[in-house]
Amino acid sequence: MRVPMSWLSELVALPPEVGAREVAERLIAVGLEVETVDHVGAELAGSLVLGRVLTFVEEEHSNGKTVRWCRVDVGEHNEGGTDGVPDGRGIVCGAHNFAEGDLVVVALPGAVLPGGFEISARKTYGHVSDGMICSPSELGVGDDHDGIWVLPESAGLPGQDAVAALALRDDVLDIAVTPDRGYALSMRGVARECAAAFAVPFVDPVSAPDPEDASSWPVDVSDEVACDRFVLRSVSGFDPSSRSPLWMQQRLRLAGMRPISLAVDITNYVMLETGQPLHAYDRTRLTGPIVVRRAEAGEKLRTLDDVVREMDNDDLLITDGSGPIGIAGVMGGASTEIDGSSTDIVIEAAHFDPPTIARSARRHKLLSEASRRFARGVDSAVQESAAERAIVLLAVLGGALIDPGRTVVAGPRLTHVIDFDPQAVSKMIGLAFIDSDVVGYLEQIGCTISSGQGGRVLVSVPSWRPDLDVSADLVEEVARLHGYQHIPSELPPSPVSSGLTLAQRLRRRVGRVLAGSGYVEVQSYPFLSPRVHDAMGLPHDDSRRRALILANPLSDEEPELRTTLLPGLFATMRRNVGRGADHLALFEMGLVYRPGPGELHPHPPRPVVDRRPTAEELAAVASLLPHQPQRVAVVLAGERERSGWWGKGRPATWGDAIEAARRVADACGVSLTVVTDEHAPWHPGRCAALWVDDVLVGHAGELHPKVVAEFALPDRAAAMELDLDLLAPTDEVRTEAPRFSTYPVAKEDLALVVDADVRSADVAAALRRGGGSLVESVRLFDVYSGEQLGDGKRSLAFALRLRAPDHTLTPDEVAVVRADAVAEAERDTGATLRT
Amino acid sequence: MSAPNSSFDPVEVTPLHPDEVQRAVDEAVSAIATATTLDELKAVRLAHAGDRSPLALANREIGALPPQAKAEAGQRVGAARGKIRAALEERGESLSRERDERVLVEERVDVTAPWDIRPRGARHPLTTLQERIVDLFIGMGYEVAEGPEVEAEWFNFDALNMPPAHPAREMTDTFFIDSADSGVVLRTHTSPVQVRTMLTQTPPIYVICPGRTFRTDELDATHTPVFSQVEGLVIDRGITMAHLKGTLDHFASSMFGEGISTRLRPHHFSFTEPSAELDLRCFVCRGASVDNPDRPCRTCSSEGWIEWGGCGMVNPKVLIASGIDPEEYSGFAFGMGIERTLMFRHGVEDMRDMVEGDVRFTVPFGLEV
Repeated sequence: MRVPMSWLSELVALPPEVGAREVAERLIAVGLEVETVDHVGAELAGSLVLGRVLTFVEEEHSNGKTVRWCRVDVGEHNEGGTDGVPDGRGIVCGAHNFAEGDLVVVALPGAVLPGGFEISARKTYGHVSDGMICSPSELGVGDDHDGIWVLPESAGLPGQDAVAALALRDDVLDIAVTPDRGYALSMRGVARECAAAFAVPFVDPVSAPDPEDASSWPVDVSDEVACDRFVLRSVSGFDPSSRSPLWMQQRLRLAGMRPISLAVDITNYVMLETGQPLHAYDRTRLTGPIVVRRAEAGEKLRTLDDVVREMDNDDLLITDGSGPIGIAGVMGGASTEIDGSSTDIVIEAAHFDPPTIARSARRHKLLSEASRRFARGVDSAVQESAAERAIVLLAVLGGALIDPGRTVVAGPRLTHVIDFDPQAVSKMIGLAFIDSDVVGYLEQIGCTISSGQGGRVLVSVPSWRPDLDVSADLVEEVARLHGYQHIPSELPPSPVSSGLTLAQRLRRRVGRVLAGSGYVEVQSYPFLSPRVHDAMGLPHDDSRRRALILANPLSDEEPELRTTLLPGLFATMRRNVGRGADHLALFEMGLVYRPGPGELHPHPPRPVVDRRPTAEELAAVASLLPHQPQRVAVVLAGERERSGWWGKGRPATWGDAIEAARRVADACGVSLTVVTDEHAPWHPGRCAALWVDDVLVGHAGELHPKVVAEFALPDRAAAMELDLDLLAPTDEVRTEAPRFSTYPVAKEDLALVVDADVRSADVAAALRRGGGSLVESVRLFDVYSGEQLGDGKRSLAFALRLRAPDHTLTPDEVAVVRADAVAEAERDTGATLRT
Repeated sequence: MSAPNSSFDPVEVTPLHPDEVQRAVDEAVSAIATATTLDELKAVRLAHAGDRSPLALANREIGALPPQAKAEAGQRVGAARGKIRAALEERGESLSRERDERVLVEERVDVTAPWDIRPRGARHPLTTLQERIVDLFIGMGYEVAEGPEVEAEWFNFDALNMPPAHPAREMTDTFFIDSADSGVVLRTHTSPVQVRTMLTQTPPIYVICPGRTFRTDELDATHTPVFSQVEGLVIDRGITMAHLKGTLDHFASSMFGEGISTRLRPHHFSFTEPSAELDLRCFVCRGASVDNPDRPCRTCSSEGWIEWGGCGMVNPKVLIASGIDPEEYSGFAFGMGIERTLMFRHGVEDMRDMVEGDVRFTVPFGLEV
């Protein structure tokens, strides 16, 4: 809502020294969000005067443009005419929307227009143009670029200062109106707030009109819930050629609307003033009674923006004998619209159910000035006054005759009364209020108060404040008018906290462990293209292909929600590589979204909100949601250990990816079992499935070369992804203190030759098993394959550490353990001792 | 050299002659003194104190002497060997010391050379800033509540006093899953977690809810469709707006420095009543830049205050929908954007830096902010 200060001052008896800035600050303090104060016309300087176009000659130029070479009478600023040229100044003008004799605004040389645009006499199109004829937008009023500003005769005389004559300078408050304060979408509403903020009198522009005996046009409202008030008033003999007075045009422009024609301007002006949207019908185009009803599905209406729209049976329609003539509260129809020939006009002022209008406006994507107001709630008592104001203006400014009679279809007006404990304010705000102050504040905003029982009061809410519903709403009114700055600052009683949950602590630990291992955390968007599934080489029946789809994605390319963290990490890695990074280790933690195989609900459960939902209702709501597990993933490429002056580095490999998974598992207090697997998007020969007990928790390894190519990653990039929800223990694992022997260790190295497809982990396990309890550790320290072993063979060298809990091992004991270990490895894996 | 010990007469044995012994000592001492390395000294030791050294050989002759002369010669040779041993020891120590010192000098390296074998990792500052905020509230007795990101409209809107046609829904640009009628959205704020908490816990409730949220804003320098919020919720008996103010002031001064307070401005949120917008006293200029063109402040644009978030007293309608009796309990809630907090707390100028994952942005933040 844009509020010109000149208009506001007519409705509020502001002290003369109060400027726009102070008004803005006070309004902000009471809760109207003044976003900016525009100093309209502040930049205008120099001679801006009224001028009359005496004559002009149209000249066509070689660039195809036709300009008018005008003589303009600018009063005392005229230069003497010579050679039969009349008095005035010669000015070239590119616009064509004026005639000889028209009154216009002239910027004389030396004048400065908004943007610091200085006017000088300059040679153009073969003439010296001694000034400029201005459009409204060039003067900084409105965005009307359609031509120059042709003024009505009443504007003044040639030579007069245009800034004063047209009120070109004004300060305008731009207020962002929150959804609860529909009343602030009117001058009347803002003025009332302003008066309360300054504690000065408020001049209500609205007064109840005299009663009328007869009705105006016949009306039948079939849905009195959706439309509880419908008022019609009409005029005849309106002069369609009459123009809006300058003050009205200027106020509309300052308020951000464009002057169109007198009749349309009046409906807009009254809407800005009262907050009541009006609609004007050409009476000669109405057929039969107006009926307000819900639409039938499939009904069509050509709205006055010339679009044919199909109705939904939730839309509220204004109809006549010809069918639909308007979507109630949203936009009128083309067939009954007033135009440049309309003389008989019917004015509609109605009150509609806000949600109905909000839904229609959204459904038809028609967020008009009217729908914005109706959706937020219009004063339910202002319809008759607003209609009266409009027809009086049509009569005074457009020569119309007011027709007798007023149609008023209205249900009983129910004043909302809140049974209110004035001490509720003190209890909620934490600041002591006396009852009389509370009552005083409520009266300032238009409430009427009567005493209730036991110190309580009955607060009758004014018709323009449908947002005041319960006690808490009144508390807010008192608190904001009193001023939030007076609220004391104190801490609530401190409860006891059990701190972070295990899962929360584990997530932090995992993040620290990975960062400590050289991984850099990223947070990618969860939006994905369906093409990534193919790029990752996922099988057609892979569950990761079953993704949620956004109805309204930001990019049509990326409508899906991620089912895995990897594509986001790939994209981030590629971006970093593109920016010159060579060696990267990235990690991400976050949710993925895994819809179940179930059907979507055609009618999602939506429990009522005036009580706690039942367990069944909550379960139904919960069933709408997909599984959203917490994941952690890494991707790495380039050198894991850098090359440098010390020598060669070590490239990142599948092993690093698995090691990252192990570190995560360690952080969670569980140990991973690594099993050979083939799983996209990993390299089929370099992919590990990661298990905790009998639960598959993720995969790690080198990425498939095709995937590396598809995502344009560095060669040999490796990755891992783990499901933290599956990995993390549900209960705290308390580490038992280890018991260890202080007797000497016996070290035994041995090399075993196995078939190449025998997994080292199995051999190690066999050695450990065979060696028994005296084996302290088994560590693979060398892997060799070569000609002397023969094809398809590998030599695995293990270091065994043996120790007894209670004595020093004898050479004989060591020999027995070693032999047992080797024997088990031979038995289990076909290994032979290499000698 | 030796002769049979057939006579008691003293036999002149040349090597045992005092002059010879003295000569052997002099030669040895001189050789020891001229040895410049431990290896040379080892050779000297062999030559002058070894089994074949002159004094060792002389020593063997003693046995052939008559008893009287034996003692005398024994003493003489013993003293001489002792001198040599002492000289050797002294020289050995000194040479070892010199060698040790020389080795330390020779082993000198250029310690200014880099050793960046293992690149540094880091956590995202949005993560660690969130943790810092959370820790502050845990210290105040709060617990952390979390909820799903793909959320039911009922939790995201309905239960928060935003019925289906509510204009507030127009203002929050919502991602819908599947279709606009599916009843499932990407949560537009962390407030549904409040409802979930109230439905599952009984007061007193003191929770802090951090998390990712989503709105259909295009990414630019000041907007991102995926962002994070942190919300606080307190439900207890006798909770007032003064408690809200006190909590926010404590939060502000803990995060931004002693004396940094907050300001509440009336506003509207469906789920709170009364509601307020929350401003933070500019922690850079502390308001000194206001109307002071000589000392402009970039952090607050010389406004003196920084817009931080929203807050208010929990709307009784929200309490009712969450199964809490508004006659018995009251509460407050507040929320703010973590991206925005990071931007002004750490001088991040472009929102895109926080979402693109460029490691050059993240690494300097290290493990904590």
